[in-house]
Amino acid sequence: MARTASPKKSAPKDAAGDEAFALRSLQEAHAKSPRYPASDDELLHFYEQMLLIRRFEEKAGQLYGLGLIGGFCHLYIGQEAVAVGLQSALDGEKDSVITGYRDHGHMLAYGIDPKAIMAELTGRGAGISRGKGGSMHMFSTEHKFYGGHGIVGAQVPLGAGLAFGHKYREDGGVCMAYFGDGASNQGQVYEAFNMAALWQLPVIFVVENNGYAMGTAVKRGSAETHFYRRGTAFRIPGMDVNGMDVLEVRAAAEVALEHVRSGKGPVLMELHTYRYRGHSMSDPAKYRSREEVQEMREKHDPIDAARAELLARGVAEDRLKEIEKQIRSKVNEAADFSENSPEPELSELYTDVLVECY
Amino acid sequence: MAIELKMPALSPTMEEGTLAKWLVKEGDTVKSGDILAEIETDKATMEFEAVDEGTIGAILVPEGTEGVKVGTVIAVIGEDGGAAAPLVAEPKPAVPEVSPASAAKVTPPTPKPRPEDPAVPAGTNMRSATVREALRDAMAEEMRRDSRVFVMGEEVAEYQGAYKVTQGLLEEFGPKRVIDTPITEYGFAGIGAGAAMGGLRPVVEFMTFNFAMQAIDHIINSAAKTNYMSGGQMRCPVVFRGPNGAASRVGAQHSQNYAPWYANVPGLVVIAPYDAADAKGLLKAAIRSEDPVVFLENELVYGRSFELPELDDHVLPIGKARVVREGRDVTIVSYSIGVGLALEAAEALAGEGIDAEVLDLRTLRPLDKQAVLESLAKTNRMVVAEEGWPVCSIASEIIAICMEEGFDHLDAPVLRVCDEDVPLPYAANLEKAALIDAPRIVEAVRKVCYR
Repeated sequence: MARTASPKKSAPKDAAGDEAFALRSLQEAHAKSPRYPASDDELLHFYEQMLLIRRFEEKAGQLYGLGLIGGFCHLYIGQEAVAVGLQSALDGEKDSVITGYRDHGHMLAYGIDPKAIMAELTGRGAGISRGKGGSMHMFSTEHKFYGGHGIVGAQVPLGAGLAFGHKYREDGGVCMAYFGDGASNQGQVYEAFNMAALWQLPVIFVVENNGYAMGTAVKRGSAETHFYRRGTAFRIPGMDVNGMDVLEVRAAAEVALEHVRSGKGPVLMELHTYRYRGHSMSDPAKYRSREEVQEMREKHDPIDAARAELLARGVAEDRLKEIEKQIRSKVNEAADFSENSPEPELSELYTDVLVECY
Repeated sequence: MAIELKMPALSPTMEEGTLAKWLVKEGDTVKSGDILAEIETDKATMEFEAVDEGTIGAILVPEGTEGVKVGTVIAVIGEDGGAAAPLVAEPKPAVPEVSPASAAKVTPPTPKPRPEDPAVPAGTNMRSATVREALRDAMAEEMRRDSRVFVMGEEVAEYQGAYKVTQGLLEEFGPKRVIDTPITEYGFAGIGAGAAMGGLRPVVEFMTFNFAMQAIDHIINSAAKTNYMSGGQMRCPVVFRGPNGAASRVGAQHSQNYAPWYANVPGLVVIAPYDAADAKGLLKAAIRSEDPVVFLENELVYGRSFELPELDDHVLPIGKARVVREGRDVTIVSYSIGVGLALEAAEALAGEGIDAEVLDLRTLRPLDKQAVLESLAKTNRMVVAEEGWPVCSIASEIIAICMEEGFDHLDAPVLRVCDEDVPLPYAANLEKAALIDAPRIVEAVRKVCYR
């Protein structure tokens, strides 16, 4: 089915006669100015971050194949523009982020040390969760990154809870809660939508629609495939965004953030994206064609597009090559570190079960 | 520089597979994303993609080979040079070695001795209070003390609590801190857990714990496991509280004791008090705890009055059982509403010349094993009284502890007196027949005393 890179321009009609109920206003604002006017340096930085995620994930795939990473491992390859575009618009001092199990990209986009992430994937004591969480369960409260949650959809009410905290403390923060097209069919998502809208919580719900819930294509699992419309029943404005262009993502994020920060309650963003790899490492990928994947990779890749744009702007190719080289070495360093650092001490088995001693 | 291509592990459990087909031949140039081979596992046929660029050098394992171990070098790629200069993975054992012998050596840390209840100073005024009032006062005091504490749940604010436990809180603390939720347990348990992760101290009321089954995923997967999974980085100091166990004539779906369910879960603290002083002191401790707490109350006990010490700050230690009646001949272990029945039974037994000790567990996780074993060592006979099903119960756990660690002190088998092993019926006579009562405890005590 391969969603194309261009978002639908049509949106549902507003409830008749209810002028305050402006579900399309954010989409209209986004359509007016769809791309963020990044400076060369900003675009270079986005490119660098996306490339770091891509190379990191490729390396994780290799280490998995070598048996160094166990269990489930869900790669973010193809979706890089989403995390980078959205998180670049956040205020790291006060905003919070929460996501599901496909979490490596969001952490890297938040500037969390690739070594600590890779060492968690290989189950080492130096991992960000001391080797006790694994790929799906990573957190950095220092960066206000609240996981890393393995239960599909759980992060949505948890994210609404983080937003509740922002509002309760009046700290001006916004929570960005990511989930997938698959999680969008969980009941708790709508319980969270209802309360978030009822209490006007500062939360941006982000559906990363990569087309497939594990192996189930969106149209086989969802009666309403336009996920941005699913907030309508709760009066949550929706935005339909091309998730394969980092500058479109960033521009949309600014529109959403302005709305939420001004105290108007939640926004639901649907980001059309695509994952090149399987759902997890053990995905035979028989539910989609090779051609479909190749088409996305060759024609809609967010990293290739950013690179081409940088070159067109006159940024020297050598500069890009230098960045690529640095990222390779950073990723290799993370991989070496994750292979060579020791497993957790056995005594770690019993630590952190409870915080206090009773 | 040559890159070794190794037989990949394509699933968490794959150890070997069949190299079904090569889709490239020696001398082919490949780039990232090209399919190199098809590999069959017991579950599926998977495509093996190139992650590096280069030219296929030698193919070392021909197609059709079965039982190729993960990590075996199957081909070599010669690098073309250029942008993609990949790392060659060091030839290492494919799976990190784990020595089962060393894994067996590690022992859990010995629990520290638990503090006793703080002494109530002589001359402290004791007043009569219901459990309902004690719980409300505990919340109000903690809300005055810490602005991070708030209460949320169905009908907790304007209705003043479905069972009036939150009566008056809205008036004192306002709608920002006393929050009526829609009927949406899964959702608000998640919001409560998320708010706790973000630094607040939520007290989440379930109208009854029967409805918390809708929310049990957040109680266990989100609240209980996060501290461990994050290596101690992310806490979830939330209290989930509400009435638990059978009420009166409300039928099977509203009459279950969930204590054994939650007590099974590492990462949770589970408290089930009986009287007003314990309810107040332990709820205050629960709200102050850095850990997620499941606080199990009982509707039938809410209205009972007990002596409550009038102290500025009555906080009790979590994890500590209490001898509520001293005795020499036999120990009756119980918790929550069962304690009342155990005390009633002990009175009846005293008339028969049997001096029963009654031990109120109060906290079910972490369980005060020491108190159970000490009382057993004293009386050598034990009965566990539990308003709940017998199978895989708290009673089962107490019996296992006595078998494993108190065997030499046992003069008789430990017996359990629980509800009948059926969903709770509605009809008055059937309900009465299904539930634990004092005469059944008396009978079990006679048995273990061989009387």
